[in-house]
Amino acid sequence: MTLDAKIPSGPIEKKWDKHRFDLKLVNPANKRKYDVLVVGTGLAGASAAASLAELGYNVTALCIQDSPRRAHSIAAQGGINAAKNYPNDGDSVWRLFYDTVKGGDYRAREANVYRLAQVSVNIIDQCVAQGVPFARDYGGYLDNRSFGGAQVSRTFYARGQTGQQLLLGAYGALSRQVEKGKVRLLARREMLDLVVVNGKARGVIARNLVDGKIERYAAHAVLLCTGGYGNVFFLSTNAANSNVTATWRAHRRGAYFANPCYTQIHPTCIPVAGENQSKLTLMSESLRNDGRVWVPKKKGDTRAPNDIPDAERDYYLERRYPSFGNLVPRDVASRAAKKACDEGFGVGPTKLAVYLDFRDALKRVGAETIKEKYGNLLDMYHHITNEDPYKVPMRIYPAVHYTMGGLWVDYNLMSTVPGLFVLGEANFSDHGANRLGASALMQGLADGYFVIPSTLGGYLAAGGIEAVGTDAAEFSEAEAAVNARVSKLLAVKGKRTTLEFHRDLGRLVWDHCGMGRTEAGLKKLLTAIPELRERFYKEVCVLGGGMEFNQALERAGRVADYLEFAELLALDALERRESCGGHFREEYQTPENEARRDDENFAHVAAWEFKGDGKAPARHVEPLSFENVHLTQRSYK
Amino acid sequence: MTGTIDITLKVWRQKDAASAGGFETYEAKGVSTEMSFLEMLDVVNEDLQKKGRDPIAFDHDCREGICGMCSLVIDGRAHGPDGGQTTCQLHMRRYKNNDVITVEPFRAKAFPLVRDLVVDRCSFDSIMQAGGYVSVSTGQAPDASVLLIPKHKADSAMDAAACIGCGACVAACPNASAMLFVAAKVSQLAQLPQGGPERERRVLNMMAAHDEAGFGACSNEYECEAVCPKDISVSHIARLNREYLRALALGPGEHQAASGAG
Ligand SMILES: Cc1cc2nc3c(=O)[nH]c(=O)nc-3n(C[C@H](O)[C@H](O)[C@H](O)COP(=O)(O)OP(=O)(O)OC[C@H]3O[C@@H](n4cnc5c(N)ncnc54)[C@H](O)[C@@H]3O)c2cc1C
Ligand code: FES
Repeated sequence: MTLDAKIPSGPIEKKWDKHRFDLKLVNPANKRKYDVLVVGTGLAGASAAASLAELGYNVTALCIQDSPRRAHSIAAQGGINAAKNYPNDGDSVWRLFYDTVKGGDYRAREANVYRLAQVSVNIIDQCVAQGVPFARDYGGYLDNRSFGGAQVSRTFYARGQTGQQLLLGAYGALSRQVEKGKVRLLARREMLDLVVVNGKARGVIARNLVDGKIERYAAHAVLLCTGGYGNVFFLSTNAANSNVTATWRAHRRGAYFANPCYTQIHPTCIPVAGENQSKLTLMSESLRNDGRVWVPKKKGDTRAPNDIPDAERDYYLERRYPSFGNLVPRDVASRAAKKACDEGFGVGPTKLAVYLDFRDALKRVGAETIKEKYGNLLDMYHHITNEDPYKVPMRIYPAVHYTMGGLWVDYNLMSTVPGLFVLGEANFSDHGANRLGASALMQGLADGYFVIPSTLGGYLAAGGIEAVGTDAAEFSEAEAAVNARVSKLLAVKGKRTTLEFHRDLGRLVWDHCGMGRTEAGLKKLLTAIPELRERFYKEVCVLGGGMEFNQALERAGRVADYLEFAELLALDALERRESCGGHFREEYQTPENEARRDDENFAHVAAWEFKGDGKAPARHVEPLSFENVHLTQRSYK
Repeated sequence: MTGTIDITLKVWRQKDAASAGGFETYEAKGVSTEMSFLEMLDVVNEDLQKKGRDPIAFDHDCREGICGMCSLVIDGRAHGPDGGQTTCQLHMRRYKNNDVITVEPFRAKAFPLVRDLVVDRCSFDSIMQAGGYVSVSTGQAPDASVLLIPKHKADSAMDAAACIGCGACVAACPNASAMLFVAAKVSQLAQLPQGGPERERRVLNMMAAHDEAGFGACSNEYECEAVCPKDISVSHIARLNREYLRALALGPGEHQAASGAG
C-alpha cells in the first residue's frame, strides 16, 4: 500500500480553502442519516462531537471517566497558541507555521502545519464566544505570554488552567448537544476493539466499566480521540487512565502507526521523589518566561541554593543559547538538564534535578504579579514538595509528557482504514519530532472544531458505505476476541501485580528509549520487552471477574497492550538512524551535542503496518517534501 | 523530614450498589511520608492483591488536583483534613505514626455508589446539559478582540470557573445540595457578556435540573466552601440566588418556550 497523504495541490496558503471547496458536501437533511462514533472526550473528542452534532450528525461519544469533563486535556496548564498577533510583535500565520515546522525539527507535513496555523485564530474566537475566561489586561483585551521555541508572544492562557477552561468550553458545547438529543453520551466505557467491515471502520467494541458488559456500537465512521501513549514509560505527566489501547487495537486492525519513537520529554517537571511514586507533575513551560534555570558551577555543591552567589551559578541555557535563553524548545532544554546532571552538577537529594529560580522575577515585578501569573502552579509545587518556591528555587527535572507519534492520518485526518479518523494527540500529524509548547491544545481543537467537520463530510458524501448493524459477523468476531483477552488475563492467576509489570516496563523503556537512545540499548530493549511480556502472561495476578467493576482488570488490559506497543516504539527508534527533535540517538549528534538529522535518508514519516503476532511489522515511508521552509540545522543560539 | 509511619485504615467496602457495605480494617506499615494519600492506597492495594484479596476501588485520573475524579471522605471530611485541596493532593506527611484513618465514599442520593469508594456523578452532567454553557455553534464566533471584558470581571469569572466538578460540596453538605456547583457556572457566565442572552433561562433550567437530580436545598451551612478544593466562595451562591430571583421576576425569555426543555 502506498501512503497517499492526499495533500491538495496549489500554493500552501490556498490548499485548505481549495480542499474544502473540492470536498463533496453532505446535504443538511442527510446528515441525520449518519451515525458517528467519537471515542475519548478530551479537547479533540469533545470539540469534534459537539461540532458534528451541531451540523446534524448523530453522534455517540464514549469516555472512560464518569464525566466527559474529566478527560486528560483538563490538566493542560500553560496555554494555547494562535497567530493573532495582538501584541503587534511580528507574528503571522506564516511565522507560526514556520516556528512549528522548525520546532518539529523538519519532520512534519508542511500542508498540515500551515492549516493548523491558519485555523488557530478561529479557535481563540470560538473559545472566547463560549465564555472561556482567558486572561485579560486592564483595557479588557486578551493577554498573551511566550512559550518555548518562539520569539513572539502568541500564547493565550487562563491562569495555569488553560486546558481546563478550554475543555470546559468544549464540554459545554457537547452538553448542549446532549440536551438537544444529538449526542448520546456513554460514560465509563472503554473501547477495546475496532470493528472493520469490508475494509471500512464500522464500529467499536467497548466494555462498560461499571458492570463489565461487553457492548457493540456501529456507525458510518469512527473517530479516535484517545490521546497519547506517554504512560508506556509508567511515570509520566499523563493521567492514569490515558492509554494506548484504542490506537493499538486499531493498529492491529489495519491502521498504520506513525513515528512511535517521537516522544516528548518535558524539561520542567517535579523530580521523582520515591519508589512508590505513581505519576510526575508538570510545572508548565510558561514558568520559563520568568524563572531562570541554573545549576551550581561547582560539581556536587551541597550549599543551599540561596547561599550560592550569582558568580557561582551556571545559567546554562542563557549561556549556551543567548538568543532564546530559557525559552529554547523542550527537547533542547531537557537534554541540557540531563547533560548537567550526568556531568555531576545536579542538585537535590537525588542529584537528578536543576533549579528553576524566580528570585530575579520576584525582585523585578513583585510577588503579586508572579502569583497572578503562576499562582496555582507554584502552590501545586508547594503542596507536593513542601518547599515554598517564593522563597527557594524550585527543583525540576525532565519527564515524559507528550507523544508526537500516533496513528498515521492523511490530510483529512483519516487513517489507513477508511472511515477511521484520528484526532488530537492520538494522531501523528502536526508536530514532527518535537512539539512546541501550547501547540497540542491548538491542534486538538483545530482537528475537532475546524478540520473534521469538513473532511468527514467529504468521506461520507463520497458514498459506498452500506448499511451495517451490530449483528454483522465482524462484530461477533471482535467481541469474541475481546472476551478471550479478558478471560486470558483473569486465567493467569499469578503472583505479581500489573503495577509491578508496568513499573518494570517503564523503567526499561525510560532507560533505553528515553532522553538518549543507542543502537545497543535499543537492541537490548527489543529482547527485554518480549521476555517481560511472556512473564506477564505467566505471572500476572488479576483478581475478581470480568462482569463487575474491576479496576485491576482495566489496568491489566492496558498494560498488556503497552507490552506489545513498546516493542514497536523501540523498533522505530532503532530504525530511525538519525537524531531529530525528541528522538536523540547518541550516535548522531553535532560536536555541540545537538541532534544531527540525516535529511537525505530520513526526511520521511515512518508508518508501521501490523503483520500479525510474532511477525515483524512492515515499515512504510511517506516522504516529506519541504517547499516553503528551508531545511537547516536548528539553531537557538 | 522524610520518614515512615504505621497507620490503620478503616475503609468502606461495598461490592456494588445492590450489596450491603461495611468498614474493613487494614494495617499499613512503613508508609513513607513523602507519598501521596493515593499512593499509600496503591501500596495497600498491592499488598491486598498479593494476599489474594480484591483491591480497594477508588477513582482517580490526573493525580494533580484538576480532573475532579478523585473523591473520598477522609475522617469525615471530603478530600481530607486540610481543605483547599483534592484527595490526590493530600500527602502522608500530614499524618503521624499510629494514626487511624477512616475512608468513605462521597455519599449523596444523587451520587449512586458504584463500588467501594467509587460513586457516579453523572447527575452533574445533567445539570450542565440543562444550560451550563453559551449557545454558540462552531464557526459563529466573531473576532475575539471585539469583546472587551474588564480585567476584574474576567478574573472573578475565572475564580468561579475554576470548579473541577468533584462533588465535595455535595458530600459535605448536610442536605447534599449542589448549589455551590451550580453557582460556580451560573456566576461565571453571569459575569461575562457572552452569558447575557441566556442569563435567565440558564439559571432557571439549571436549578430545575439540580432539584430533579435529587440534590437537596441550600440552608447556608457553608460546609461546601470549607471543603472546596478550589476555594470557590459561597458568595457565588449569593449571586446564584440573586440571578434566580431576577430570572423568576423577568421570566425565562421566549427562548425556553421555543426549545422546550432545553
Ligand atoms: C500536565 C500537562 C500539561 C499540559 N499543558 C499543555 C499546555 O499548556 N498547552 C498545550 O498545548 N498542551 C499541553 N499539554 C498537552 C495536551 O494537554 C494534550 O496533548 C491534549 O490535551 C490532548 O488532547 P486530546 O483530546 O488529543 O486527548 P486527551 O485529552 O488525552 O483525551 C483522550 C481521552 O480519551 C480517553 N481514552 C483513552 N483510551 C480510551 C479508550 N480506549 N476508550 C475510551 N476513552 C479512552 C482518555 O482517558 C482521555 O481522557 C499538557 C499535557 C499535560 C499532561
Ligand atoms: S485525581 Fe484528578 S483531581 Fe484528584
